[in-house]
Amino acid sequence: MDGVATGLAILSTALVVVPLVAIFIYLIIKGASSLSINFFTQIPKPVGEEGGGMANAIVGSGILLGIGSLIGIPIGIAGGIFLAEFGRGGKLANAIRFTADVLNGVPSIVMGIAIYSLIVVPTHTFSGYSGGVALGIMMIPTVCRTTEEMLLMVPHAVREAALALGVPNWRSVLSITLKTASPGVITGCMLAFARVAGETAPLIFTAFGNSNWTVNPNEAMAALPLQIYVYALSPYDEWHKLAWAGSLVLIVLIVAAVSLVRYVTSRGVLKGAS
Amino acid sequence: MGVGIEVSNLNAWYGTTHTLQDINLNIPANHATALIGPSGCGKSTFVRCLNRMHETNPIARATGTIKIGDLDIYKDAKPVEIRRRVGMVFQRPNPFPTMSIYDNVIAGLKLNGYSNRRVLDEIVERSLKNSALWDEVKDDLKKKSGASLSGGQQQRLCIARALAVDPEVLLMDEPASALDPVSTSKIEDLIFQLKTQYTIVIVTHNMQQAARVAEKTGFFLNGRMVEFDSTHKIFTNPSDKRTEDYITGRFG
Repeated sequence: MDGVATGLAILSTALVVVPLVAIFIYLIIKGASSLSINFFTQIPKPVGEEGGGMANAIVGSGILLGIGSLIGIPIGIAGGIFLAEFGRGGKLANAIRFTADVLNGVPSIVMGIAIYSLIVVPTHTFSGYSGGVALGIMMIPTVCRTTEEMLLMVPHAVREAALALGVPNWRSVLSITLKTASPGVITGCMLAFARVAGETAPLIFTAFGNSNWTVNPNEAMAALPLQIYVYALSPYDEWHKLAWAGSLVLIVLIVAAVSLVRYVTSRGVLKGAS
Repeated sequence: MGVGIEVSNLNAWYGTTHTLQDINLNIPANHATALIGPSGCGKSTFVRCLNRMHETNPIARATGTIKIGDLDIYKDAKPVEIRRRVGMVFQRPNPFPTMSIYDNVIAGLKLNGYSNRRVLDEIVERSLKNSALWDEVKDDLKKKSGASLSGGQQQRLCIARALAVDPEVLLMDEPASALDPVSTSKIEDLIFQLKTQYTIVIVTHNMQQAARVAEKTGFFLNGRMVEFDSTHKIFTNPSDKRTEDYITGRFG
């Protein structure tokens, strides 16, 4: 029986890993040939001209995700702390938890339209800010619920130890409980980040896309998923290749960002710490 | 220096369960006082009232008067101030898992905003020497996590952490019940030394332990304190039949 169980576990693992590896290999086959220095340094060129790159979209995605993270991560973590530590079992906490779950289920295109009417219409312009806000709000539920779950996993004994030292409750929550839970909380943030990094729909009506160079979040802004979407739907072979290259770059950048955060936060962890 | 504790008419509840009923006793300064009794008799609840940890459970409450030195802890002070004066060591060692040995010891000071590096270094050394752990960890203070130590070492680390905030009273809730005999005897030796500087209240299931470390012993049963006297008297000539039954092993 042990052999069967081990076999099933290996099979399941393979089923999880195979699609990921297959996608990655396929992207390399299709996209790597179109990658060049130009791809990272140039902005898109008009149809018919050779070359051109996605420098503006790479930087644009970075800015949009930066704005999104600045909004989504602090609000999400603060919400998770409230749910796990202060509002436990209360009516307000249940309402917030329910709202977060519903927000998680809102289709991303609906998020785009909502931000369109809340920010783009009043400001009369597509903008990086509006796109960042859309991504940020989409990050909140994931960050919030994982933070809550991770805080609840911190043993009661650890909280008691802090309180028994005469540490005020708020201080104990921030410096002890949250710190103990931080590896899990960071994983939650990375999940949320990676998920919205590939979102196209919420950006269509907000960041809109821009074929020129800009780092000003007050203007319409390019983003990798948007650019891939536009290029993939175009009738031009040259653009299709760039779309493949863009997809490859997007995935590599997400993996790189997540790995970097994991590496940086895992340093300084002490021997024997769980 | 330790201070005495005067408890009068202490009652405590968890929800609707009346866990402590009309407790009155005087715990002498700079001695070790043991509390014994079967599981669920209220002895842990009692020590948790002494540093107001009892009320951290939302359904718990307590009434009555507890004076620690001159301080009426339910009237004159906030729970955080009391807990700095009344340290606590728990049944299971609970070092902060993400902190180094060094940071564990000074956690109470640092989290209350104290940061003078040189003074902290001295406090770490003194507290670890007082808890008889210094020689075993002095080379790994900042390299190793508190959680990487053995169970007995972790418990002595928790004692050092409690001592670092310079309390007057040290509460120990079955501090050796999760430890092996060697670690247990180290903790008991430690209690012997510490009671010259602190007032110690120790909850224990182990009657030999109470007899070894404590001058005074209280016997709890079903939420009441049946008898409180010198340890020698409790174990050789108890006044109450129930105490005698318990220490001779007829129940519990």
